[in-house]
Amino acid sequence: MGFYFRPARLDVALDALRERALTIVAGGTDFYPAHVGRPLCEDIMDITAVPELRGIEERAEHWRFGAATTWSELIHASLPPLFDGLVLAAREVGGHQIQNAGTLCGNVCNASPAADGVPALLALDARVELCSARGVVIVPLEDFVLGSRSTRRAPDQLVTSLIVPKPAGRSLGHFLKLGSRKYLVISIVMASAVIEVDAANRVASARVAVGACSPVARRLPALEAALIGLETGGNLGSVVAAEHLSPLAPIDDVRGSADYRRDVALTVLRRLLDAIGTRA
Amino acid sequence: MNDLAAVTVFVLNGREVAVTSPGIARLADVLRDELALTGTKIGCNAGDCGACTVLLDGHQVCACLTPVGQVAGRAVTTVEGLDRNGALAPLQRSFHKHMGAQCGICTPGMLMAAADLLARVPRPDEAQVLAALGGVLCRCTGYRKIIDAVLDAANDVALVPMPATGTALGARAPKWDGVAKLTGAERFGADVIPRDALWLRVVRSPHARARFVLGDLEPVMRSHPGLARILTARDVPSNGYGIYPDIKDQPVLAESIVRYRGEAVIALVGDRATIESIADETLPIRYEVEAPVTGIDAAMRADAPLVHADRPGNLLIEGRVRHGDPQVAFAGCAAIAEGTFETSLVEHAYLEPEAGYARRIGDRIEIHVTTQTPYMDRDEVALVMGLTPTQVRIVPTACGGGFGGKLDLSVQPLVAVAAWLIDRPVACIYTRPESMMATTKRHPARIHARFGADAQGLLQAVEVDALVNTGAYASWGPTVANRVPVHAMGPYFVAHVHTRGRAILTNEPVAGAFRGFGVPQAAIAHETMMDDLAERLHIDRLEIRRRNALRVGHVTATGQKLEASCGLVACLDALAPHWTQAMRAAGHHNVAQAHTRRGVGIGCMWYGIGNTAMSNPSSMRVAVMRDGTITFYNGCADIGQGTSTTMLQVVADAVGLPMAIFRTVTSDTDLTLDAGKSSASRQAFVSGKAAELAGRALRANVLAAAGATEPATIDLSNGRLTVRDARDRHVVDLSLLAPDAQGHVLVGTGRFDPPTTPLDADGQGIPYATYGFAAQLAEVEVDIELGTTRVLRVVAAHDVGRALNPQQVEGQIHGGIAQGLGLALMEEYIAGRTENLHDYLIPSIGDVPPIETILIEDREPLGPGGAKGVGEPALIPTPPAILGAIRHATGIRSTFVPVLPHRLRAALTKAGRPD
Repeated sequence: MGFYFRPARLDVALDALRERALTIVAGGTDFYPAHVGRPLCEDIMDITAVPELRGIEERAEHWRFGAATTWSELIHASLPPLFDGLVLAAREVGGHQIQNAGTLCGNVCNASPAADGVPALLALDARVELCSARGVVIVPLEDFVLGSRSTRRAPDQLVTSLIVPKPAGRSLGHFLKLGSRKYLVISIVMASAVIEVDAANRVASARVAVGACSPVARRLPALEAALIGLETGGNLGSVVAAEHLSPLAPIDDVRGSADYRRDVALTVLRRLLDAIGTRA
Repeated sequence: MNDLAAVTVFVLNGREVAVTSPGIARLADVLRDELALTGTKIGCNAGDCGACTVLLDGHQVCACLTPVGQVAGRAVTTVEGLDRNGALAPLQRSFHKHMGAQCGICTPGMLMAAADLLARVPRPDEAQVLAALGGVLCRCTGYRKIIDAVLDAANDVALVPMPATGTALGARAPKWDGVAKLTGAERFGADVIPRDALWLRVVRSPHARARFVLGDLEPVMRSHPGLARILTARDVPSNGYGIYPDIKDQPVLAESIVRYRGEAVIALVGDRATIESIADETLPIRYEVEAPVTGIDAAMRADAPLVHADRPGNLLIEGRVRHGDPQVAFAGCAAIAEGTFETSLVEHAYLEPEAGYARRIGDRIEIHVTTQTPYMDRDEVALVMGLTPTQVRIVPTACGGGFGGKLDLSVQPLVAVAAWLIDRPVACIYTRPESMMATTKRHPARIHARFGADAQGLLQAVEVDALVNTGAYASWGPTVANRVPVHAMGPYFVAHVHTRGRAILTNEPVAGAFRGFGVPQAAIAHETMMDDLAERLHIDRLEIRRRNALRVGHVTATGQKLEASCGLVACLDALAPHWTQAMRAAGHHNVAQAHTRRGVGIGCMWYGIGNTAMSNPSSMRVAVMRDGTITFYNGCADIGQGTSTTMLQVVADAVGLPMAIFRTVTSDTDLTLDAGKSSASRQAFVSGKAAELAGRALRANVLAAAGATEPATIDLSNGRLTVRDARDRHVVDLSLLAPDAQGHVLVGTGRFDPPTTPLDADGQGIPYATYGFAAQLAEVEVDIELGTTRVLRVVAAHDVGRALNPQQVEGQIHGGIAQGLGLALMEEYIAGRTENLHDYLIPSIGDVPPIETILIEDREPLGPGGAKGVGEPALIPTPPAILGAIRHATGIRSTFVPVLPHRLRAALTKAGRPD
């Protein structure tokens, strides 16, 4: 076995990271599955006892989700409709066991192409707060995840929170996931959107992201632009067009073919936007 | 900062404990290994199955994903903490009443997930139950009885008593071994390993086909003091095993050639940390990789490399049935249907990985292992070790699911050879990826079928040619190749039949026994043929099956006249009102909805009970002991299907005593008689009959000892045996009877071998003494735009002869339907890609629909109380019923399973029905 360290203070955690490379563990829901039948020999820092990393906070300009926030804490928090998509995504992460242990930040840092939280967080325009003994850096989520299993986190940095800016107007989110079974399923395609609605019930701004169709979940700027100014209602999805998917690069795998993903991504997006438009 | 010596203190089941395992150790391992609480089960170590679910401060978590360092100062509750001062909690009682456990390996996880829910929501609705239990997989029950149990938990149900004297057979008797499965007391393969055991890890080939050379292993031994020995092929005295007496083609450890990815090459034996820490890449194994033979077509090419030098054409075996002259008969048919159907590799995915240990006792070896076939294990281990069978003792543990996959050897010969050589107990537990990579699968099949009928839809001629990919070794390939031709025309009367089954060797996973032995694959073909003919001839799909259904007096394609117990017509008649109603409901839905369409399908099957055209006897024994107790020696391996209960029900009534007073000894090759394998749906019929005969024999001996005559009643209580007959009350003084070596004073034994005959070159003969029949309908909803299929409801009518225990029969049917659903819609094993339970999908609790079971009891005169088998029949009609329903909904006639969403969507697009 390696070295296991569970600090109770953030500064101690950051000092430790400055001194040596450590594998960071929170919920363990990605760490242990990568060690089936293999010894646990890495040096570990368990961040779940650091008080600064816990909890969901509403501040003047933004919402802050501490790095040790679990999916269940998110589901049971009292959050505005802006977060409806993220909460729906949380409910689709594994079973309750995984939701009770796994964290939003861990999902982001694990950087799986099929990470359930990432499309919803992209649609929320989330930022990643990185701390180290050198200081604090905040980067947009889009810039943080570089590729499959790859992020911008330096070895001495700890992701301390996710930050979601408060939109100016009335906003709401939604999420849809397509898998081959009901529970415990890795997405074939998933999509999330947040729209901001003006006083005339028109789309003032929109962010739409698709996961499991590229190495990193991607926003669809052309679709977002096409939504602006549209009247809400059950027909928003009709704006979706094949060319909107150009940022995606789906692959064939055991869950589905690339062609299938491109095809059903359109349907999932249409249904997602129809639903969000109806609720708006 | 290093906490290697640190102590973690937490509250476990209400009591404070301190553990010294490192903080990163999995809580599951700490509970099981340091605290010896083995009620928490490990199915995958990856959070995919939920078997290890425990409560952490009242919230369910996977103990395999929880660093023990995180539970410091918190409260952990395991299944051992569920009871109320030693009495079962209401949730446990409800599981017992509803038979929420079959094999019991997922049960602790299910109970803990449910306990979390019920603490918050005492009276949940079904949707809440599904969501709360969605993280725990079950492979046996089909989930429905688990859902019922959780919904009923708040009602504080009473424990169901065991049936009274003379009423056991046919009763919904509670599971004999059920309570142990609800408290964590049940001991599975990984739960019995002694603390002083050495551990064994198999090093497996990463290549599907290669030659290899072993370098010098001495330096490995020298650099790892924790290694006790490295086993190679040279350590195995007779290095070949296999199911068939004449095909011992599979080595325990490969000898210079590997034939599939995952084949065992060498085995490391030592302390656990050492064997786990040695990376395969650091071992001196030099592979020369060769192009593998992949797929049936490649294997059958004239220039294909051979998988085994002595199997020309890579043909393992061919079986056939030839009856009449189909060519002539086709010429006179009003309609002919034809098609080719393909199925995929399917993994058993029992939630208990292979596990066990061996120890040497003098010149004997004793193996404690999870298995479906203790006696065959005994003989096979004896063979490879060069011992006599009497030198080998197999002590089966509880078996956490088998479904055919635990009919082949896994850890048995490895731990036995190691324990023999080292003279220490040696244990092995397969990891989940290892279990999936190394052990057998369902045969992928390609089946070409041609069915002809007259204008009334009566079948005139059938031709079926089935190729099955049997993988690298024979295993049960011959069984599949012989069983498929017998069943391939379906449960219908046809005068002219030519069927053929061929098993083809490839460098793919070994295909072996899996619930149905090829018949589920064949049923997809024959039932699609029936739907095709119904369509061409404008006959209702249920009606065409009814017209053709086998009935008493019919002669099958093997020339066997069916003498009794052919309940297919009764099954179809029972389905008919559901069929009409479901067809109406689907039509109604489809008028209103755009992107979802509903459909209804039907599948029928027949299934020969027991081995094909071979002797497969069972023997049972029941004895009164000198102390006035009665012991039932039950040789059946209970793999969750419930033979510990049903056999006792049979024997209790045959003796004439209440179930509750029996002591039982279950399947130990030193103590019980050979009851054969838990396979081929044979236990209820074959072993059940042996149990009935044993019980009757004991009863006769008791009456003789008492000087009593029938009609009589027997009482055995307070150490006294009393018989009452028409004349008198007779007391048998047991202390005056001479006990045998085991202390028995009165013994009854029974043996039954179902009457069959060998099949001749044309497959003519009596392959089975009796057949199970069934018809199921499935209602589905297809999302046309996404290609997804949701099964809404299944109605299953099964002729089981007699339900020895209707609740257990329902449980078998539910579980079979769930596996059939998986086969039809989601399960596709790809070597190297799906060796875990998140890439290989089996149905979750949200995927199995409500199931209505209808039991038809057309008594089988040979069976105990009229019973025959149901284990495999439960699965077989489900895939064709689902495929038929998809076709009814969409017009798409599937020829490949699983019907994954992308495949169905592609077919819809091609058919011009994209939206």
